[in-house]
Amino acid sequence: MGYQPVKFYQTGSFVVGNRLLEAQDRTVQADMKRTNSLTLGHRACQGCGEALGARYAIDAAMRATEGKVIAANATGCLEVFTTPFPETSWQIPWIHSLFGNAAAVGTGIAAAMKAKGREDVRVVAQAGDGGTVDIGFGVLSGMFERNDDVLFICYDNEAYMNTGVQRSGATPPAAKTSTTEAVGAHPGADFGKGKNLPLIAMAHEIPYVATATVAELHDLEYKVEKAMSFRGARYLHVLVPCPLGWGSAPSDTIRLSRLAKESGLFPVFEAEYGEVTGSSKIRSQVPVEEYLRPQRRYQHLFRPKPDTEVIAQLQAIADKNIRRFDLLDTQSANTREITPAGQETLQTR
Amino acid sequence: MLQQIEGSLAVAKATALCRPEVICAYPISPQTHIVENLSVMVKGGELTPCEFVNVESEFAAMSVAIGASAAGARSYTATASQGLLFMIEAVYNAAGLGLPIVMTLANRAIGAPINIWNDHTDSMAVRDSGWIQLYAETNQDAVDLHIQAFRLAEEISLPVMVNMDGFILTHAVERIDIPEQEQVDRFLPHFEPKQILDPSDPVSIGSMVGPEAFSEVRYLAHAKQLLALARIPEIASEFESIFSRYAGGLVSNYHLEGAETVVVAMGSILGTIKDAVDELRDSGLSIGVLGITTFRPFPLDAVRAALSGAERVVVIEKAFSVGLGGILSANITAALGNASIKRYSVVAGLGGRSILRSSLVDFFKLADEDKIDELTFLDLNHDVIEREMHRMQTSVRPGPAAEHIVHDLGHSAKAN
Repeated sequence: MGYQPVKFYQTGSFVVGNRLLEAQDRTVQADMKRTNSLTLGHRACQGCGEALGARYAIDAAMRATEGKVIAANATGCLEVFTTPFPETSWQIPWIHSLFGNAAAVGTGIAAAMKAKGREDVRVVAQAGDGGTVDIGFGVLSGMFERNDDVLFICYDNEAYMNTGVQRSGATPPAAKTSTTEAVGAHPGADFGKGKNLPLIAMAHEIPYVATATVAELHDLEYKVEKAMSFRGARYLHVLVPCPLGWGSAPSDTIRLSRLAKESGLFPVFEAEYGEVTGSSKIRSQVPVEEYLRPQRRYQHLFRPKPDTEVIAQLQAIADKNIRRFDLLDTQSANTREITPAGQETLQTR
Repeated sequence: MLQQIEGSLAVAKATALCRPEVICAYPISPQTHIVENLSVMVKGGELTPCEFVNVESEFAAMSVAIGASAAGARSYTATASQGLLFMIEAVYNAAGLGLPIVMTLANRAIGAPINIWNDHTDSMAVRDSGWIQLYAETNQDAVDLHIQAFRLAEEISLPVMVNMDGFILTHAVERIDIPEQEQVDRFLPHFEPKQILDPSDPVSIGSMVGPEAFSEVRYLAHAKQLLALARIPEIASEFESIFSRYAGGLVSNYHLEGAETVVVAMGSILGTIKDAVDELRDSGLSIGVLGITTFRPFPLDAVRAALSGAERVVVIEKAFSVGLGGILSANITAALGNASIKRYSVVAGLGGRSILRSSLVDFFKLADEDKIDELTFLDLNHDVIEREMHRMQTSVRPGPAAEHIVHDLGHSAKAN
């Protein structure tokens, strides 16, 4: 028979098709004139959140600057999978120097452009979470403090994936990595450790700080374009699931990004000059289990039996984020009852 | 124009005459006066267009210079000692990327124990990094070498490190001829980068290179240094034709003709050595001096030719490879091959210890009779060393060695 089932790729999401939007609201990627800054042929894993995030972010930056972007890239997956020479997937001027200096290289490019009177050319520095919160933190803080005209984008997959999934300062508690294995009395990463870079960035009182996920790519594009409307230091923190490091199905990258936000574990918000100006409300709140369970890095929380105490601690982190960033739209009745909050911790995510 | 000024101010003026577009630096003695002076020139509008970036570390300083240089701006920074080590990953990276950054190194010892005074341990730590290394004998040299450094760096597309002895040169006030802007403009053309980050012609710079091409890329770095070896004397000649004085080049000679003993050294110590040599020549010794101006690329042929007539070579150097001995000596030996010339290595002036003319005169007299060891640490207090060695061998927890030695030397100074 000629029966063809209609595939609803966006089932369960609130994403609106571009055809339903006004032309000016349509995504950069829907635009025939999109730049394909990070073009095909790169060697990212199937379902790589970073490749997706970087393509959308840089194309949005290109649209915002009429194609005048120079990128500085830290060492890491994004660098390795895009430029195994003689192949390069970058269609923009791009430089990789070291693991820990992307922000400072960005500063140098911006200084050069200023000296040459070419401030129409804008600079994006990008790194993974290791190159941002750990080894690249000093130069990033310096770039923020001087308010250099650089947009720094952190693609956060919550561990050192390029070297084999070791713990970083962005690894969440309880997550198994190859240096926080699921062994011992407290399997996975410790509670009470790690840092929240968006909040640290805000403490520098830079013009713009935002977080985003690859589940809401239109929101990511909007934030990049908004960041480009400011001069000075800007910081964008994008959650990018890593199927390899998280032990998740490549087809779940978008779903997990959405669940991270909908559970409250990853607050999506914007801030200007050190003050939060808005947050993306949770549309349909889910208990953290829904986010944790599909990931092998949290498998020890569910097998052989659920570790309700640790799950409650993680739920407490989500609850704190929800209060802190005002993530629940109280007008909406679309919230479900969730696991009661466990003990309060200092963690914010 | 002749001026009676501090070496650091002179170097700042020379650098400013080269019209750098991005300057970044982090404070570290004894380099600070150079960038302080440049910051005044930039902030006061005297040096424009130029961006002065107050970075938060030396690692950032070199990284900012990398970004600026790759974006086509003439870039400059200065550092010393620990600062150089803190930026070392970026130092190698700048050379690997072939970016024509010019950096002043106000040579200073490396800790521990912490020591802010002069020696060459810092520059020797990066001798294999791929940077061209030039050494100034005087502050006039330092000024002239900086102007030549930008020209050389940009022609070859390699970074150049101008070494000047910390404090001895950087803080010395003396008569220096600061060139005119018109002369520098004639000598140093507008910077035309060999590679550039430009949205109208995008390239990827700094991608991963695997075993299939890495050797070729690294060999190219060597080949470029060999090109520099040929260009350095030519650039020195062109400099002379515009500025009416010779500076730079590969090596410098002093009473080398027919000398049986040739003393080899780099940097400001050459002045003291020449005084000692004058004294000894007056008393009939056959002794001359070879100064190494260009240490990387190492001028093997020029050194070999200069030393071909010598009976013995005495290398005086302000650094050593722990567990081996002299570093410059090893390079000189590489130049001499198996020529039947006696070689002596002298480590002197570590951590700012004065190299006395009287010590050199006495030592050279012994050298003339071959009554010295292959490796000598000049003016070393052996008693103190033996006491600490004894302490180390007889005590389970002898405690911090450096502090003992300082204490013991204090005692012997009092006893004397």
